[in-house]
Amino acid sequence: MKKSWITLLIFTLSMPVYAALDEVNVYSARKEQLIKPLLTDFTRQTGIKVNLVTSKADALLKRLESEGLNSPADILITTDAGRLHRAKAANVLQPSLNDNMKKLVPAHLRDADGYWIGLTTRSRMMVYAKDRVQASELSTYEDLTDPKWKKRICIRSSNNIYNQSLVASMIAHKGESETARWVEGLVNNMARKPKGGDRDQVKAVAAGQCDIAVVNTYYLGQMINSNDPKEVAAANQVSVFWPNQSDRGAHINVSGIAVTKAAKNKENAIKLMEFLLSKESQTWYAETNNEYPVLADAPWSDTLKTWGEFHGDGLNLTKLGDLNTQAIRIMDRAGWR
Amino acid sequence: MKKHFNLWSILTIATALLLTVPLWVLVSFVFEPTNENWTHLADTLLPEYIINSLWLMLGVSIGTLLLGIPSAWFISQYHFVGKRVFHWALLLPMAMPAYIIAYTYTGLLEFEGPVQSALRTLFETQTVNLWFPEIRSLGGAIVMFSLVLYPYVYLLARSAFANQSHSVMQASRTLGAGPYKTFFKVALPIARPAIIAGLTLALMETLADFGTVQHFGVATFTTGIYRTWTGFGDTTTTAQLSILLLVFVTVLMMVEFWSRKQAKYFTNPNQQSNLTLPTLTGGRAVGAFTLCLIPILFGFILPALQLLDWSINVASTSLNSEFFTLVWNSFSLAFITALVTVSIALLLLYAKRSQNNKMVDHSVRVASLGYAIPGTVIAVAVMIPFAWFDNTLDAWSRETLGISTGLLLSGTLFALIFAYSFRFLSVALQSIGSGLSQIKPSMDESAKTLGASHWTILKRIHIPLLSSSLVTAFILVFVEVLKELPTTLILRPFNFNTLSVRAYEMAADERLADAGLPALLIVITGLIPVIILSKLIGKRHA
Repeated sequence: MKKSWITLLIFTLSMPVYAALDEVNVYSARKEQLIKPLLTDFTRQTGIKVNLVTSKADALLKRLESEGLNSPADILITTDAGRLHRAKAANVLQPSLNDNMKKLVPAHLRDADGYWIGLTTRSRMMVYAKDRVQASELSTYEDLTDPKWKKRICIRSSNNIYNQSLVASMIAHKGESETARWVEGLVNNMARKPKGGDRDQVKAVAAGQCDIAVVNTYYLGQMINSNDPKEVAAANQVSVFWPNQSDRGAHINVSGIAVTKAAKNKENAIKLMEFLLSKESQTWYAETNNEYPVLADAPWSDTLKTWGEFHGDGLNLTKLGDLNTQAIRIMDRAGWR
Repeated sequence: MKKHFNLWSILTIATALLLTVPLWVLVSFVFEPTNENWTHLADTLLPEYIINSLWLMLGVSIGTLLLGIPSAWFISQYHFVGKRVFHWALLLPMAMPAYIIAYTYTGLLEFEGPVQSALRTLFETQTVNLWFPEIRSLGGAIVMFSLVLYPYVYLLARSAFANQSHSVMQASRTLGAGPYKTFFKVALPIARPAIIAGLTLALMETLADFGTVQHFGVATFTTGIYRTWTGFGDTTTTAQLSILLLVFVTVLMMVEFWSRKQAKYFTNPNQQSNLTLPTLTGGRAVGAFTLCLIPILFGFILPALQLLDWSINVASTSLNSEFFTLVWNSFSLAFITALVTVSIALLLLYAKRSQNNKMVDHSVRVASLGYAIPGTVIAVAVMIPFAWFDNTLDAWSRETLGISTGLLLSGTLFALIFAYSFRFLSVALQSIGSGLSQIKPSMDESAKTLGASHWTILKRIHIPLLSSSLVTAFILVFVEVLKELPTTLILRPFNFNTLSVRAYEMAADERLADAGLPALLIVITGLIPVIILSKLIGKRHA
């Protein structure tokens, strides 16, 4: 055991000595399995070593804040725009977008002041039971409060950031009081108390516990391409519906990236951003996780192609961060657990 | 033996103070004015959070006691078929993270799972109306927690029963009390401090959990803490809520403490080692066998089979060399933390015992609160002072020496081990404390009269007598660290992954099947020391 002590001691002592070498340090809220392969490719191509720590977005943000200018992190990656906005507001980011990046990515998917940029988009769409619901019965998120959906809707807990963002987008478009009524109506139509993750909602539709579910695109994509025949079977019993196509479009969010204020390897950090926005990386996102590339000419995976093109909400995503607190309060008051 | 402050007391108080820095960070937020998030919470969800937490505590208390005490009693008092295996196998569920067992049971029992599907086929119905208890509910959460947390009660109760002098039991039997009466009137009251210690641990862990209740859609007090932080980004209210939780736990511990203040039981553990235990046969043996099998079957075998099934048939990642690194990281981290934590606990408890000093008593009590704080909150409360220390030191050394020291402690394994030690000290304190409480103070006093120093008393009397409690504490902390998630996730250094982080990242991505393999490895890694160490205890006791 002596050896492990020594190994650990050496390891501990060597930890803070980062920077200076040809490397880049990444704080990522994207799970390791959804970012590491790309980082490995990046190192192979550029020779720049990437040090990675993955965690929850709020924890990473707190870590950046408390570490201040001594923070080793050069890059922050999150899976929603709200957290990037919160990081910007907490003054731990710096502007880093160059003209080329701005040209590649549409304006609503990046920060207006150049602090962060989206890497992929995902939509919070509807899925419905093929045998019990006609696509023509569905129309908008607003319509989910219609009494005809009484006890027919499944959606996960309001703890989930994607639901919070969905409600925040509703506030941005419709105002607070109308959103509050909408959330109440939605809660009234829920088939069961919110539980489980997005995949569980799809499974519940397949099992007949509810007829519609609101879920993120990539979860359904993962189910369709799963090794588990039960998941594939469940996914095959539902169809995708893109809501609000005749007005503002389906709600979308991004996973995004930013350079930290404390960055000591800014040049490498920007190289990494450019790499993650390259056609090659963008294709990987689509193929591996069924996320939509932000790059217009990156090809979609087969699964994404079968769902077809859709009109996404053009709302500036910064709004989602601004309105998050209000969204949670509305959900709390309406009893969305 | 009234004593004023000496080096020993000061050292103890200083250790406790240093270790509880995260707690003081949290307390410092209490003095900040409450904001509108408080009002909002109090107006909407707080009552529900509190009620759910209380129900959960009640349910888990009943569950862990029912699973833990009978098995501990039979293992410690009788011989029966399978006992040698049950002896350690009853600890296995402990290595199963609560949220993982929750996922496995969801997979087994949900509407589209194998059990309900089979029932539907059996009754030839496709209707949704077939009634089946909903696993993702308060009741389900109670069952899950009971299944993985009863080993605390079992472990501490078992050593308390085993240490009870047989002459006491025999006296009870001679006086005409049957086995039931002996159990309820004699054995149980003597073992009460140990049982309560185990129950306290189980309840503290229940209160601190977020993953399981979140998955089951049961909003508890910790849900509130978590939401306030992630949803509102409000550190102040988060800290205030955590302190409220701690006040509640403290009151609970105080009530228990006062209620048994009069009662003190000491026994002489040496008397029993030569005695042979009665052997159960026939129906009684079957009964004991079943009672011991049930917790293992539902707390370990079934969920492990589900994990195995996922890992083999469904997972897209397979066992590769990367997993060895994960196992090694998890193992070494758990080993070192267990060593550190058990040492600190021993120091504190020994000081408390020998010094008879109120300040020392209080320090120890405060130092044991970490376990009830949600891991996420502890992680943040460690992060803040460490970063402050690093940045202050850096600023100072830049100014005076012209050298930047950068972040010395933040983002290192030291910070992580520190956080674990604070969080799990309670686990070590409870198990060593309940062992220590059974050693007569007269022994210390005789030794002292004979001129033995504190150190000699500790080395020659307490450590040998305490060895099984120390081993117990070591196993508990080891396994806790192995499956610990939020603190590890938040405080770990760059490029440092553990099994629990891997399991979580897969599960959080809703790739349950891929979470199966790392979860299984957690269980296996935890199993090794459990088996080895309980064989060691077994040799001494059986």
